[in-house]
Amino acid sequence: MTVLNLLILVCLSYVVLLFGVAFAADRAALAGRASWLRSSVVYTLSLSIYCTAWTFYGAVGFAARSGLEFVTIYLGPTLVMIGWWWTLRRLVRVGRSQRITSIADLISSRYGKSNLLAVLVTVLAVVATTPYIALQLQSVTLSFAAFAETDPTATTLPDMQSTALWVAAGLALFTILFGTRNLDANERHHGVVMAIAMEAVVKLFALLAVGVFVVWGLSGGIGPTLERIEASALARFEVSGGRWIGLTMLSAMAFLTLPRMFQVLVVENEADEHLRTAAWAFPSYLMLMSLFVVPIAVVGLDMLPAGANPDLFVLTLPLMEGRDGLAILSFLGGFSSATSMVIVAAIALSTMVSNHVVMPLWLHYSGMAAVVSGDVRNVALMTRRLSIAGVLFLGYVYFRVSGGGTALAAIGLIAFVGVAQFLPALMGGLFWRGATRTGALAGVLLGAAIWLYSLFLPSFGASALLPQAVLDQGPWGLGWLRPQALFGAEGMDPVIHALMWSLLLNVAAFILGSLLSFPQPLERLQGAQFVNAFDQPGAPGGWSGGMAQSEDLLTMAQRIMGAREAQALFADAARRQGVAGYLPEPSPDFLQELERALAGSVGAATAHAMIGQIVGGAAVSVEDLMAVADETAQIMEYSIQLEAQSQELARTARQLRQANETLTQISVQKDAFLSQISHELRTPMTSIRAFSEILRDNQDLTPEEQSKYASIIHDETVRLTRLLDDLLDLSVLENGQVDLNIQTGTLEALLDRSVRAAGGDGDGFRIRRVRADEQVELTTDLDRLAQVFINLISNARKYCDAKPAILEIRARLAEDRLVVDFVDNGSGIPTDKHAVIFEKFSRIGQTRASGAGLGLAICREIMERLGGDIAYLPGQKGGAFRVTLPLDAGRLPARGAA
Amino acid sequence: MSPERGPLFLARRSYRRRRLADAARVLPILGAILFCLPLVWKGTAAAGGTVQAMIYVFGLWTVLILASAILSRHLRLDESERENWHSARTGADGE
Amino acid sequence: MGKKVLVIEDEPNIIEAISFLLSRDGWEVTTHAKGHDAMEAVRQRQPDLIILDVMLPGKSGYDILAEIREDAAFAGTPVLMLTARGQTRDREQAERAGADHYMTKPFSNADMLAAVRALARA
Repeated sequence: MTVLNLLILVCLSYVVLLFGVAFAADRAALAGRASWLRSSVVYTLSLSIYCTAWTFYGAVGFAARSGLEFVTIYLGPTLVMIGWWWTLRRLVRVGRSQRITSIADLISSRYGKSNLLAVLVTVLAVVATTPYIALQLQSVTLSFAAFAETDPTATTLPDMQSTALWVAAGLALFTILFGTRNLDANERHHGVVMAIAMEAVVKLFALLAVGVFVVWGLSGGIGPTLERIEASALARFEVSGGRWIGLTMLSAMAFLTLPRMFQVLVVENEADEHLRTAAWAFPSYLMLMSLFVVPIAVVGLDMLPAGANPDLFVLTLPLMEGRDGLAILSFLGGFSSATSMVIVAAIALSTMVSNHVVMPLWLHYSGMAAVVSGDVRNVALMTRRLSIAGVLFLGYVYFRVSGGGTALAAIGLIAFVGVAQFLPALMGGLFWRGATRTGALAGVLLGAAIWLYSLFLPSFGASALLPQAVLDQGPWGLGWLRPQALFGAEGMDPVIHALMWSLLLNVAAFILGSLLSFPQPLERLQGAQFVNAFDQPGAPGGWSGGMAQSEDLLTMAQRIMGAREAQALFADAARRQGVAGYLPEPSPDFLQELERALAGSVGAATAHAMIGQIVGGAAVSVEDLMAVADETAQIMEYSIQLEAQSQELARTARQLRQANETLTQISVQKDAFLSQISHELRTPMTSIRAFSEILRDNQDLTPEEQSKYASIIHDETVRLTRLLDDLLDLSVLENGQVDLNIQTGTLEALLDRSVRAAGGDGDGFRIRRVRADEQVELTTDLDRLAQVFINLISNARKYCDAKPAILEIRARLAEDRLVVDFVDNGSGIPTDKHAVIFEKFSRIGQTRASGAGLGLAICREIMERLGGDIAYLPGQKGGAFRVTLPLDAGRLPARGAA
Repeated sequence: MSPERGPLFLARRSYRRRRLADAARVLPILGAILFCLPLVWKGTAAAGGTVQAMIYVFGLWTVLILASAILSRHLRLDESERENWHSARTGADGE
Repeated sequence: MGKKVLVIEDEPNIIEAISFLLSRDGWEVTTHAKGHDAMEAVRQRQPDLIILDVMLPGKSGYDILAEIREDAAFAGTPVLMLTARGQTRDREQAERAGADHYMTKPFSNADMLAAVRALARA
């Protein structure tokens, strides 16, 4: 087998292994065996996506060109990690508490959830990252080609562009598969993180292996290696002070603002504990990665022919020496560096594009109706998937168009300067309460413009995008506007030149804009929360809403978070408020909690807009404004307490009002009870009396007539008896004098029996069930439970007004409880009736179907005796009831048998 | 540990913890300054070699990593103790 | 051929009983079981007498009665109301709405016949 074929085989196996690792990690996380996936070690390793192919191959090239200077790229992040107590701790804390999904989300969220700012950051991030992704594709194809050249048996060189296309497509597939498994960007992507951690180990091991080979294998030990360096062209320490300091600063800034770094540092972070470990472990990783760079560069310059590309020394040195195994390992290291960077960058960018560009547009064009009824969750997932494919496609196109000419390191530094433009807005937002949206917008815009003009556009080469005349004489002959010598700063290194001017003007515009503008109320709220991330006693609320909106909110939340999660969130909030059922009071606290939960899925600005559409009106109340205006902590705390008290009072008043309404409604019903019971008794009695008189008074009846009338009398007496039975049943249940007849059987059999007893399906009434979910063994009073099921099924048959009427029966296990939902497709029960439907003799509207309105009251009593519960489930398409039952019969309340 | 001694000990603890946090803040600044030191040597021809700079940079790197590891470890220990102290105190208040 | 009576009532057994009684008494009996389109049935059948139940699906007997009284063609048609709720309040409401006679269920067949005959003569 030739080396090239072996390489392809190893490479493919490695890809399969990556998929396998990611898949296994996702499975483990699902099964709840994920504690080790969240360890600090995995977190630290995932940070290593900082070391891309640019680092793996390019660092040696960088060193071969300019000596020890390459090390600045690692010193910056080292200083940031060592100083975690200052910045990263705060960043991570804010990121977690605000459920931040990306750097665009953080900046937008800080400055009043401004979507304009988010879009700006997203666009700049995409522009800066696309060449970077192209660079990774290029490195894979170059290293592949390096192998092909040394392989005499390869008849044709592999087509570089098709290699890049295959790599891009494979990465898109991987990222979509494991990166968009769950919508909530705040949940960790266990599979992806695990695969990246593995790749981190591979690339470190590969680089160390090459280093060891070069130092001990080729140079004969440490002493001779150092002598070799002394003797080489790199012996003199010729580093420009500006570049040394500038690049250290630049790499430190980029470490914080690169979208992919933000993703692993902040979004995927779960605990401060991770930072504590990474504070020393990640600098160690970086040091090991750079340890052998200079020796490899020196030996490469020494031993390889003069024209050899120094960017590929890591690969070509082992190849030249005939160490194919080592070369393949080295190739895998570079491959790992490239792929892990692209995967995380694609996830980060796609989250930003979908949350800040596509979703707002979609919401804008589909409006309020879509928030409540559209399938937001699927739209969000789909846009995220499409964005991933789009980002990778852009990277591929850039690779095709640029032709892969520039030295690797150049593109990396250009991207660094681009994303560094986020830093003033980011740090200013974290540490300075006076920072405003206007300032942030002005700073980022100006910085980005200067970066584009003085670094990005010229990087395509003279006359490519900027005419040579502009480069030489400046636009319109204005010499002080020459892109690479702005304001007369001549003779500077282009990167440092662009970095200096863009950041200086960025910071100046940011500060000036902030000082001159006045922040929106929401900005001030968010500013206070970000800056006081560690000592804020509680966040002042941003919303106030009425009861009727809870159901709309639940409906919307179900669309975005999924039904189960949303119901759990709402039920939990309701329980904390002491309200029964699934609809909590839309208190400011709850709305803020909900907004953050939604922000985890769709970003802060979008979540804010969605809730605003339902709750409506002013986002910030007068109380909030006052809370913000009070600058000192005491006054703030005091006003928060006041607010809490007034909220408490308002809530109590609302609950009292609600209780009063329920009482009034019940009293009206008690009044109606006599008239109802009278009606229910008199109707059958009328027929009985009329026909018995007919039979008595008319001797000339035919035998058929006689028997027909007699059977009417019979049927009506049965009906009377049933009514009396129901009344007695209810009375017995209510007094707790019932004996339960505990049996064991499957839910499926019980439902079969209930459906049959309720008249089966047919005649425009369909019942949908998932029998696989019904294989649950029950030990309870099966007859009583069947009574409940029959009642619910026949209710749906009677009252469901859709054509055709469809009743869905869904069963599932939740912890130790069985949950059975009965959901029909009719118009459901209006919100104002939810409180009374389980009361006796309540019927919705004046409809007159058979039955006296005792059914649901009996059901409620039965479920209570069985230790379970029956509730109306709001926010479904039609009428919906949820029956909950403990699986363990031992938990039946003792009073059931008393 | 006697109850009377407790508060004094804890106060000293929290004082030390604040100084540790100060050290954690100073460390990156110190590191940044020290990493720039090789630039000063450039003028003196005697010590201007890449090898010396390499040894210095990697040595300093190692020292910083060790310092960071020690600081992070102690900051964690102290924080968890502070939380214990907090919960103990609020528990006592509740009685 | 006898006079026409329209029975608006939703309980099939009660309809059956009334039909039996009145057709033996020489009436031509037609029936209608729903509330919301009862007025159309009245216009179509042109009855000489209407027997009207109070609790009907779709519309209450009182509302139907008001509609009958509003239509000049039937303003004078005698209406006998039936109710299963035996409270005085219900009787007053029926009279206010313009019922000519009012009977509480269950009724005796003799009373029913007597009331219908009395209304037909009036």
